[in-house]
Amino acid sequence: MPDTAIAEAPARAASGGNILQVRNLEAWYGESHILHGINFDVNAGEVVTLLGRNGAGKTTTLKSIMGIIGKRSGSVKFNNQDIIRASSDKIARMGIAFCPEERGIFSSLDVRENLMLPPVVRESGLPLDQIFELFPNLKERLGSQGTKLSGGEQQMLAIARILRTGASFLMLDEPTEGLAPVIIQQIGHTIARLKKEGFTILLVEQNFRFASTVADRYYVVEHGKIIDGFSNAELAANMDKLHTYLGV
Amino acid sequence: MQALFAQLLVGLINGSFYALLSLGLAVIFGMLNIINFAHGALYMMGAFVAYFLLNLGGINYWWALLLAPIIVGIFGMILERTMLQWLTGLDHLYGLLLTFGIALIVQGVFQNYFGSSGLPYAIPDQLRGGMNLGFMFLPVYRGWVVVFSLVVCLATWFLIEKTQLGAYLRAATENPTLVRAFGINVPRMITLTYGLGVGLAALAGVLSAPINQVRPLMGADLIIVVFAVVVIGGMGSIMGSIITGFALGVIEGLTKYFYPEASNTVVFVLMVLVLLVKPTGLTGRAA
Repeated sequence: MPDTAIAEAPARAASGGNILQVRNLEAWYGESHILHGINFDVNAGEVVTLLGRNGAGKTTTLKSIMGIIGKRSGSVKFNNQDIIRASSDKIARMGIAFCPEERGIFSSLDVRENLMLPPVVRESGLPLDQIFELFPNLKERLGSQGTKLSGGEQQMLAIARILRTGASFLMLDEPTEGLAPVIIQQIGHTIARLKKEGFTILLVEQNFRFASTVADRYYVVEHGKIIDGFSNAELAANMDKLHTYLGV
Repeated sequence: MQALFAQLLVGLINGSFYALLSLGLAVIFGMLNIINFAHGALYMMGAFVAYFLLNLGGINYWWALLLAPIIVGIFGMILERTMLQWLTGLDHLYGLLLTFGIALIVQGVFQNYFGSSGLPYAIPDQLRGGMNLGFMFLPVYRGWVVVFSLVVCLATWFLIEKTQLGAYLRAATENPTLVRAFGINVPRMITLTYGLGVGLAALAGVLSAPINQVRPLMGADLIIVVFAVVVIGGMGSIMGSIITGFALGVIEGLTKYFYPEASNTVVFVLMVLVLLVKPTGLTGRAA
């Protein structure tokens, strides 16, 4: 399995212990076979980015880890516990938080209710004042309906609410999609700060330029498989390949 | 004039039952996406459980108000776990057919053992008699039903709209998969919600027992009007169900006074008009 070897090389280079280990992960939407044996690792304290074109299987990988894909097989180990058969609520309570691509802001809830919705699973969650320090806009809009916020504010809310829970492993699905450059910059600062505070982040991004400002390592996903992987230090040497993979 | 106020009171009492039942239906529809045709049968079960508690266990009305909703609510949760949960993601029609079948079976069983005539259930001593208000005579029990129903309806509204548990329920109505991915056990919440909706129906049954007697078909007579109330208020809308329930009861009562021939059809005429003008109901939102 060549992609496993690719996955393991940079993993060893990283400083933290292995927190997530994905082996031969396959997933299906109904009859459609989407993931064909994904292998990669994430170490504690890292920001790892899954890159790839539309429909490559990046989002499905996150959803499969989170347990919200009906049919999946293989092995997903989180802190050495296999979670492939666990329900998504159990996985969340183990300390994995997921921020979906469509942000998942609830229209029947105001900003405060959206923010307070996910239950606290560990005591290490960020307190509200720290969250408002990261996202000051949210404090001013607490009484507004969640879906009345701008796209950038909704993204901030989507990230903020999972920071409260105490989950140490965050999965962010295209957090910059459709946002203005200034907001993208703010999201980038936030991710960098979260990394500094010890969060481990698995990021799905199509915006490679953004990813390069925050990621420690990259995996390239194509046709439901990891086809390449490298660390941030190896980025410059891999630029040509990356342009080919992403078609940019 | 006394006749007008008397009809208004009857309207308010009917409105209380409409509101409690349509509230339960709205809660169930919002969370489970199921049109619960068994609701009338479960309302009837509430009245029968109160009857059994009194006649077999010597347990009075006040305890029945607490116990009957719990007992019927547990029965509802068993129905949800064993049957309704398998309908997730399927067309509304399957839920409608299944719950309609359950209603027929439950009613059939009760009819087989108790016939079609009503069984008496006495008004508790504390609520006997009435008050002369000057413009009308108000039977205490009927006043109690209106006030108690209103309090229960508003408490349910508060639970769903103003508490953290309610926020879970509303969020799960929109996107159950994501709510579950936040660490909330959504299947358990769905079961409890069905139990709550069914419990409200059973509570209405207990309240109704001293007024309408306990009959196997008491729910079947009421449920069609209650569905019209839910459609007018807007499927899944909590406050819409409460307001529409009471308002339609009053409109029905006023129609009985001013044009009695139309009293049985006025709710359905209103339903047609509302569907023509606002198909999502008065307070419902477009899907």
